[in-house]
Amino acid sequence: MDRPGGGGVVKPPAFDYVRVDSADEAVELLARYGEDARVLAGGQSLVPMLNMRLAQPRVLIDITRCAGLASISCEGALNVGAAVTQATLEQRRTLQTESPLLACALPYISHFQVRSRGTVCGSIAHAEPSAELPLVLAALNGRVTLRSLKGRRELGADAFLIGMLTTARRADEIVEAVQFPLLAHGERQGFTEFSLRHGDFAVVALAASVTSARIRLAVGGVDDRPRVVEWPMLTGSALDDGLNELAWTLDARDDPHASARQRRQLVRRLGRKLIGGLCT
Amino acid sequence: MSAGRIGQPLERLEDAALLRGAGRYADDLACSPGTLHAAFLRSPHPHARLLAVDAREALALPGVHAVVTGEDAVRWTSPFVVGVKQPMEHWCLAVDRVRYVGEPVALVVACDRYVAEDALERIRVSYETLPHVVTIEGAIAAEAPLLHEKVGSNVIAERSFRYGEPEAAFAAAAHQVSIDISYPRNSCTPIECGVVMAEYAADDGSYDVLSNFMGPFSLHAVMALALGVPGARLRHRSPRDSGGSFGVKQSLFPYIVAICLAARKAGAPVKWAEDRLEHLAAATSATARCTTLKAAVADNGRIDALDYDQIDECGAYLRAPEPATLYRMHGALTGAYAIPNLSVRNRSVLTNKTPTGLVRGFGGPQVYFALERLMQRIAIELDIDLFEVYRRNFVQSFPYRAAAGALYDSGDYAAAMTLACERGGWSELKARQERARAEGRLYGIGCAAVVEPSISNMGYITTALTAEERARAGPKNGAIATATVNVDPLGAVSVIVASTPAGQGHITVLAQVVAETLGLAPDDIVVNVELDTQKDAWSVAAGNYSSRFAGAVAGAAHLAAKRIRNRIAGCAAQQLGAPAGDMVFADGKIFAQGDPQRTLSFRRVAGVFHWAPAQLPAGETPALRETAFWSAESLAAPDDADHINSSAAYGFVFDLCAVEIERDTGRVRVDRYVSAHDAGRLLNPLLADGQVRGGFAQGLGAALYEEFAYSSDGAFLSGTLVDYLVPTACETPDPVILHMESPSPFTPLGAKGIGEGNNMSTPAAIANAVADALDVRDVRLPLTPQRVLDLIGESEPDAPVGTRQPQPESGANVLAASGSVTIAAAPQTVFAALTDVQSLARIIPGCSQLQRVGADRYRAEVVLGVGPVKARYTAEIALSALQPPHSLCLEGRGESMLGAAHGKGTVRLEAVGEGTRLSYEYHTEITGKIAAVGSRMLEGAARGVIAGIFDRLAALLQAPAPRRVSWWRRWTGRAGEGS
Repeated sequence: MDRPGGGGVVKPPAFDYVRVDSADEAVELLARYGEDARVLAGGQSLVPMLNMRLAQPRVLIDITRCAGLASISCEGALNVGAAVTQATLEQRRTLQTESPLLACALPYISHFQVRSRGTVCGSIAHAEPSAELPLVLAALNGRVTLRSLKGRRELGADAFLIGMLTTARRADEIVEAVQFPLLAHGERQGFTEFSLRHGDFAVVALAASVTSARIRLAVGGVDDRPRVVEWPMLTGSALDDGLNELAWTLDARDDPHASARQRRQLVRRLGRKLIGGLCT
Repeated sequence: MSAGRIGQPLERLEDAALLRGAGRYADDLACSPGTLHAAFLRSPHPHARLLAVDAREALALPGVHAVVTGEDAVRWTSPFVVGVKQPMEHWCLAVDRVRYVGEPVALVVACDRYVAEDALERIRVSYETLPHVVTIEGAIAAEAPLLHEKVGSNVIAERSFRYGEPEAAFAAAAHQVSIDISYPRNSCTPIECGVVMAEYAADDGSYDVLSNFMGPFSLHAVMALALGVPGARLRHRSPRDSGGSFGVKQSLFPYIVAICLAARKAGAPVKWAEDRLEHLAAATSATARCTTLKAAVADNGRIDALDYDQIDECGAYLRAPEPATLYRMHGALTGAYAIPNLSVRNRSVLTNKTPTGLVRGFGGPQVYFALERLMQRIAIELDIDLFEVYRRNFVQSFPYRAAAGALYDSGDYAAAMTLACERGGWSELKARQERARAEGRLYGIGCAAVVEPSISNMGYITTALTAEERARAGPKNGAIATATVNVDPLGAVSVIVASTPAGQGHITVLAQVVAETLGLAPDDIVVNVELDTQKDAWSVAAGNYSSRFAGAVAGAAHLAAKRIRNRIAGCAAQQLGAPAGDMVFADGKIFAQGDPQRTLSFRRVAGVFHWAPAQLPAGETPALRETAFWSAESLAAPDDADHINSSAAYGFVFDLCAVEIERDTGRVRVDRYVSAHDAGRLLNPLLADGQVRGGFAQGLGAALYEEFAYSSDGAFLSGTLVDYLVPTACETPDPVILHMESPSPFTPLGAKGIGEGNNMSTPAAIANAVADALDVRDVRLPLTPQRVLDLIGESEPDAPVGTRQPQPESGANVLAASGSVTIAAAPQTVFAALTDVQSLARIIPGCSQLQRVGADRYRAEVVLGVGPVKARYTAEIALSALQPPHSLCLEGRGESMLGAAHGKGTVRLEAVGEGTRLSYEYHTEITGKIAAVGSRMLEGAARGVIAGIFDRLAALLQAPAPRRVSWWRRWTGRAGEGS
């Protein structure tokens, strides 16, 4: 921060910064520092938290140069490595056919500047209750690959996302990759969101997957984590009843921008439109 | 050449540097060698006694040079003076008490900002919290906690006024129409926050300050008095470029004094750059207002009298120039209407919130939100076409003396309304509305007519005093603007103004104005807009506020340039042998009218003043530098009957707004916005449009997005730009901008201000459109989707049997949690665990060093938070109302760097089979930084932390995992069974 004015505009507490070249190095450091370390990828949530001193890790492990974590592969599922940015995934040519839900949801994430740095896995690891990517992962019943010195384990979205900013990741683990199941034959997917301004956190976000036999609906922004329901095909007033029951069952929060009541209303109204659109 | 003339759309001369990143903003400028850096410790409490500040640990940190506290403020400064006489003390750092969240308590001076921030975490402050008040109603209630006991009331200023015969007019009126409004706290948010660099010279006791303050203004005197130095010993310099002010940078002055104090104590230059959280939480706010406005109206819609009852909410201290928000508009309270009778009651009240001050539009949005909503109500209640109501009430001939004393200079209000309707497509919008309504859509149209004052009379603020008080203090009036034009020995022209621009394009317009007078091109004119109070010409009104540039400052530059021109003309006339009055200045040349062949170069003639003063005409003086001070002659002090011409010029704005509202979401979408302006003579229409667009965007923000939110606990909740929502380009439609020009007879160039009109008109016009769309009477700003949905008022489907029943509406952000767990242990065992020091230590999250400090009282270090956001609290935990084994109260209170937390609740135990059902109800208060930046997640986080306590208790008392009663699990389980 050598600037002519001298003061600097960022002001986190002191930390060690380690840039690793591989996941192996990252998990070694995590084994050593545990809770005192944070993994830095896009930094779109972590860096503001550092500047505001909300988080005060002793060590930052920068994984953005790990070539082994920077790829997307498609073998049965879309496997996205920890260093892949949201913009990279958004620009993947085959995304629309592989995962229309991801293709619909990605543009809702903040603004393009944020997506060009923010990573897919970073957003999921951060577990912000209003964020789009954890919601999509939950809606698709995707999986998270966690890795530590002891080895790898996989968790389903529901087991991984356990609360507000809280996941089942252990302190010595890195989120190595996430897997989004591919669009199945006969499946239709859709996403909608209500936010106060373009790019804001969702007040309510909905991700849906519909087949001729069932409706799967995931709700973000309302409870402390994405919530998923699966129904047999419902239409008309049965769908309205289902959505109303869902709205009331969620542990809806009040915050200065939206009341619990408004969130319930949005679940009912946007849910109706989204599912109605996918069922026609 | 003509492109550079006054009135031409010359592109901004400033932008080449700004667009290339070559701007020179305050934070970019070099510091003196050895400059240290400051960081402020701020109050997490809305109201508390300040018992002790222990800085020993902070001072022991390597790199820390000084810690400055209220004691230093008392030793070396005085409280700030303010326009009304009250025994209120406002120091640059808190002394004895803190009165709002974010109030500066101490500041650390260190080798860099990192170390300074580290040191803040090592200062121990002891507070004793006091009852607080955050609403106007609360502040004026009989039992309200007092912010300043010496004042004896939270109503710190009150005056009533009467013009004409308002009582008789109301008694005789066929109709009385009234409206109650409340205008929220909001701001106009500069991209660049405050920056201050200060040095103290011990040899002569003087201070040298460089900051992006919008002054010097009369506040330079306030700062000098606080520092106890003559004005000349407080040198203030302003940089060339600014990342926006919008009046907001006025609020920097207490920080300038604090940094001066720090420089004195540290014995070194000190720099401070305000960060966004500091800015949003603790810089300033527009003044919130509650108004009851009544009109006495004849059958034909003519308004015969208005009655205002206005209460301003000014925050914790009345900070200069407050109570000015109430008085900036005072002379023009009758708006665009010829209303002869007026009564006014004005009160300014204090609350435990950030002090208020200048925000673009200052005082106007509050008045017009009431007055223009009232105009719509009159049209509706009397069932008269709105445009007829306007037409029948508009001021018709100018100059016009309004009831409270404003002298409207020029205009044609009906013509501006017609312009907006015809060119803005009124009939098309009306057709769209009919179509939308036929389809069941919510579509509304609103208007606002606004008299836009500019060039404030320095004396208007003294209307807050009685005539006797004014007589004792001596009259105040005027709006002195200052400009200097200099011609150097090679004939190059430079201009200096005492105006401190904040991005409006002063350099461009001043170049146009001076170039035209001297027959040069704008590129020939060098404009320096830095201001140095020790070296440059300025006076008490100098600064960037009240839209005074076009009318006053550019006018003063024009006057200075004319003097230069007259002097050069005299010299040229001598050489050309023609009368000075015949001299023509064009294209860098001078010639006699009618004889364009014989020319002299401007440069050559100007050179005579420097190189050969003996050749000058008799009586002429050497060198060429002219400083013009201008003040409008129409600006007198308030008279004994409190008439005040509060501004020198009065423009006019007529806005049309059409909105469509999404029924499902409550979102308001502006379909079209039309804004017709008459700002007198336009000096540069491109820049005028820019001002309109900026004001419109901010007015849109005030209407739909922006509010500084506080919880009922006094916590500030809008500390980031995802919490305080400023509309971006994505949210801001491009308004249709129309102009007409009725030159002001009272300003040198006939120009008036145009920068604040939309801040005044747009909130009212959008609110009127929404009220029209929804056919409702009471609308509150900002019209967020949540508020609009409440206005649409559709009832919510019932909760199905078996799901969570709706919680009673808790009001503004009260964090309440309730829940239950089933524990595999008898109530006696559970109760014993809750009252046992060992098990308490294990169930309180992140608890260490739990010590018993009294009967059922403990002190502990507790780490609380969610995910990576954690803070260490020094907490006091108390158990009370023990009813073994049935119930108890558990209370915790703690402070950390992230703020203060207090939780209190009741735990009930009930035997269920072999085990216990534990149910709890909690209320938590969280204030300080975490509330300011995390309000979106506060409720969820509080719930999670509290649920965690009882989950741990259950886990402690039984080996298997606790069975939390989860509505979700129960329901999804059931839903799964059904499917």
